[in-house]
Amino acid sequence: MDFQPTEEQRDLRAGVRNLLAGRYGREALRASVESGVCVDRDLWRELGEAGFFALRLPEAEGGVGLGLPEAVLVFEEAGRALVPGPLVATHLAAGAVPGAAAGTAVVTASDLDGSLVAHWGEADAVLGLPGFASTPAEPVRSADPLTPLHRVASAPMPGDHRDEGALLTAALQAGSALRTLELAVRYAGEREQFGRPIGSFQAVKHLCAEMLVRAELARTAVYAAAVTGDPAETAAAKLLADEAAVRNARDCLQVHGGMGFTWEADVHLHLKRAWVRAEQWRTAAEAEELLAADLLEGAVQRVQRRPE
Amino acid sequence: MDLTPTEEEREFRARLREWLAKVLPELPAKPSPDDWPGRRAYDAGWQRRLYDAGYAGLHWPVDAGGQGAGPTRHLIFLEETERAGAPYVGANFVGLLHAGPTIAAEGTAAQRARWLPPVLRGDEVWCQGFSEPGAGSDLAALRTRAVRDGDEYVVTGSKIWTSHAEVADWCELLVRTTPVGPDTPKHRGITWLAMPMDAPGVTVRPLRTLAGSTEFAEMFLDEVRVPVGNRVGAEDDGWRVTMVTLSFERGTAFVGEVVACRRTLGDLARTAKANGRWDDPVVRRALGRLHGEFGALWRLTQWNVGESERSGGVPGIGGSVFKLAYSHARQELYDVAAQVLGAGSLVLDEEWVLDRLSSLSYTIAAGTSQIQRNIVAERILGLPKGR
Ligand SMILES: Cc1cc2nc3c(=O)[nH]c(=O)nc-3n(C[C@H](O)[C@H](O)[C@H](O)COP(=O)(O)OP(=O)(O)OC[C@H]3O[C@@H](n4cnc5c(N)ncnc54)[C@H](O)[C@@H]3O)c2cc1C
Repeated sequence: MDFQPTEEQRDLRAGVRNLLAGRYGREALRASVESGVCVDRDLWRELGEAGFFALRLPEAEGGVGLGLPEAVLVFEEAGRALVPGPLVATHLAAGAVPGAAAGTAVVTASDLDGSLVAHWGEADAVLGLPGFASTPAEPVRSADPLTPLHRVASAPMPGDHRDEGALLTAALQAGSALRTLELAVRYAGEREQFGRPIGSFQAVKHLCAEMLVRAELARTAVYAAAVTGDPAETAAAKLLADEAAVRNARDCLQVHGGMGFTWEADVHLHLKRAWVRAEQWRTAAEAEELLAADLLEGAVQRVQRRPE
Repeated sequence: MDLTPTEEEREFRARLREWLAKVLPELPAKPSPDDWPGRRAYDAGWQRRLYDAGYAGLHWPVDAGGQGAGPTRHLIFLEETERAGAPYVGANFVGLLHAGPTIAAEGTAAQRARWLPPVLRGDEVWCQGFSEPGAGSDLAALRTRAVRDGDEYVVTGSKIWTSHAEVADWCELLVRTTPVGPDTPKHRGITWLAMPMDAPGVTVRPLRTLAGSTEFAEMFLDEVRVPVGNRVGAEDDGWRVTMVTLSFERGTAFVGEVVACRRTLGDLARTAKANGRWDDPVVRRALGRLHGEFGALWRLTQWNVGESERSGGVPGIGGSVFKLAYSHARQELYDVAAQVLGAGSLVLDEEWVLDRLSSLSYTIAAGTSQIQRNIVAERILGLPKGR
């Protein structure tokens, strides 16, 4: 047993980080906010070429043949860079929907509770919903400028993929939580008030420390769930990562003061996306119920095994 | 990233499980919580059984009397002993979990040979004399003085909150060997000593905790003579040695308790199911959330252990991250327990109620949460030092 990432896994993560830093840095992010074009088809194809979507497809089927642990490392980086678009659904569709693996198709999923679907208008396919083009859908204004929403009459959640969808979404959340931590720490070191960097004030320092604790716990939970594939562990990963992403974005906003409340600062984009992802695949309430059931089952089994 | 046990690890687990099933029914009855001599004898007896069966000091170096087995085996040991309901380290806490590891890392060969085997055998119990009335979080402000007289130090001062002092044989003691002055900042001039608790001049006065117990004490030191050979590390270099001790105390000493929390959580779930509180979604979901959190804390432990093993065995400051999350979750656990018990949480003979009271110390002992946040912010995140 060695829970640390291997050399290859570290290299993979570093490679994706470099690719995204060059291809989807801050300017590209702000450009998509300005243009309202959320899915950049060229970027989507480049991600496809880099193996982002085909990562877990067997090599015989044109994939990379890696597993969930590698996938979460790569998704963590996408979350850090705040890449918009239905990354998770397209990844899950690789091998099933033509073009998904290569990044030539954009595939979304009705992974939100209720009647809302993200990226409906930009998608070539909806996971597990063959006749989607003829389904009536109404665009609505979305809280996240980079996640357009449609209201749809009926679109059932693709049941098969719920655990994997939740885990990969959790990886995006963990990446975002680590990124907002970095943004907060950098600002706290640069911004001066009362003649000192605000990061020397404990009230600010302690916010940052708590952000690290949340992000690290969430990231570990995500990695562990990717290694074991256990549904309860996956639910825990989603729960902790949602919380880390949302609360870290809020604390990052607080550390930025008035600047944090502007459209200019990136932190609101992280917060809004974190809100979206928290509603996708598995909500906190669902995760907690699943964990409660797992807890009780384990506890009862333990008693039954004990001879007393 | 790999969490699958090796064949060897699996065999070790199976062997340990079998052994536990055999020895646990033979254990004597547990002494009452306030019977300190009884508790010491009980804990020593258990430690002796572990030692005789080759399970003591699994991850300690062989030349320190340990098994040199690597930390993964130690984690399996913690899981299995907890699962089987075996006794916890108890009075052996300081010796096994931080004084011992410090001596193993920093002591001379003679010191390791003198002090470590009796800790592993359960023959000698240690306590920790760091805090003083005027030096808690600001530990380096300590004032207990040690003056060299030939080959002895003469120690005068007082210590406070010393856990298990009533029954300890040895104390890991921090003393000031050089007064603070213009050329000596407070972190210099501190020395780490092993003090025999039966030396003339040592007075222990138990303090009553808010849980009603006497698990810690005040200690008065009046010209106590400690041989210079009992010094671990160089004179005036004790702060560095202290950092090693604290890294064990914060980094690994609570690991076993995470497993204990997971077990308690299971017991709580069954209690809630039996008394109907399980039907309240607020309670049920709070239990589910804690189940997820403690699971993640256990994974964080496995992660940190792997990391410290790669970098030479002394836990890194990741221990502060763990301690912050753990101490908070553990307090939360007992608050949820109170929701499950309702008014029953006011009845003091319930074990959970005593544990709830004890848990109030977790964000204070071994460095408060505020101090841990300072450490995380300054040493991990690199934020500027405050004043
Ligand atoms: C159950 C228990 C067992 C213990 N066992 C031992 C033992 O065996 N041996 C031993 O040596 N000690 C022991 N201690 C002592 C423990 O290490 C100290 O209580 C702890 O380090 C805090 O010190 P203090 O009590 O002096 O509090 P203070 O340092 O006076 O702190 C009071 C409050 O001020 C805050 N504070 C202080 N400084 C700062 C700062 N720089 N920034 C922000 N906030 C700050 C603290 O967080 C706390 O909230 C034990 C304590 C407990 C509760």
